[in-house]
Amino acid sequence: MSEIVTELDVLKTTERWAAEGRRLALATVVETWGSAPRPTGSHLVIDDEGNFEGSVSGGCVEGAVVSEAIDVIAAGEPRMLEFGVADETAWRVGLSCGGRIRVYVEKVN
Amino acid sequence: MDRALLAGLNEERAARRAAVVVTELATGRQRLVREAEVGADPLAAEVEKAIRSGKSGIAQTEAGEVFLNAHLPPARIVSIGAVHISQALAPMAKIAGFDFEIIDPRTAFASEERFPGATLHAEWPEDVLKERPFDPYTAVCVITHDPKIDDFPLFSALQTGCFYIGALGSRKTHAKRVERLKEAGIPQSSIDRIEAPIGADIGAATPGEIAVAILASVIEAFRKRKMFADRRGETEPA
Repeated sequence: MSEIVTELDVLKTTERWAAEGRRLALATVVETWGSAPRPTGSHLVIDDEGNFEGSVSGGCVEGAVVSEAIDVIAAGEPRMLEFGVADETAWRVGLSCGGRIRVYVEKVN
Repeated sequence: MDRALLAGLNEERAARRAAVVVTELATGRQRLVREAEVGADPLAAEVEKAIRSGKSGIAQTEAGEVFLNAHLPPARIVSIGAVHISQALAPMAKIAGFDFEIIDPRTAFASEERFPGATLHAEWPEDVLKERPFDPYTAVCVITHDPKIDDFPLFSALQTGCFYIGALGSRKTHAKRVERLKEAGIPQSSIDRIEAPIGADIGAATPGEIAVAILASVIEAFRKRKMFADRRGETEPA
């Protein structure tokens, strides 16, 4: 497991990508309601070309987070995103499990 | 996130020390609080709570919503003894989400062939622990039956406050072990921390069953946060 964990360690990946000079944003699950797929504190790192590592929802909303993250990298200001069944876009971008999550997206400087 | 903060955080994680990243969500202002520095932090109580529970979350403060991301060392199980039980325990521990390491100076036991892909130290515990000491997020299972191998890591685990300590052996074997520990000056209250016979009392008989019993005990100790002394009943709760 330690080898797999090392490979999947998002914060180490973030440090490595940053050292390579890539422009990055880090997304973090800061709050969950109901049955959310990933616990609070989970990370997703995204570069400005849309490459990413990690997960904030096990695949449900990563696409949306990635596109917001690219905006955050350009604008520099952090953003709070919210996803869930209450969202009117639930059928396009939502959590099929019925939970809700808040995701904080910040630029890595 | 600032790259220097990220590097600092990864340094703490690599050293197996707890740390919390505190983020003011309204301003984006952020700081890293290392375990040793918690007392000096303005949100000391909240940070302490995050470390102790192992749960990240939002706290309401005068500065508005603050997110506390608790980064705790991954729990690991160290098996003193590359024996049949450890062969069963190795894959089970991984499946349950624990890092797993084996220490056994007997090279015939601690072989790659018997433990494919495992973290193996075919050396004396005394030597391995100099480089990779136990910490409170470590569960120690001593299962060689040989006091020459078992006793030193047992002392070390007790002194460190490892969240779980189990020792294989019959009641008779354990009684002798207790005598040795007492002679070495280990207090009874510490000796009582050792789970012996090792593992949850489910009547386990085969190596595989004993591995399940050990894992059950380790999970219980981990989830009940026994890496903190007061949770082990050793000091008054903070």
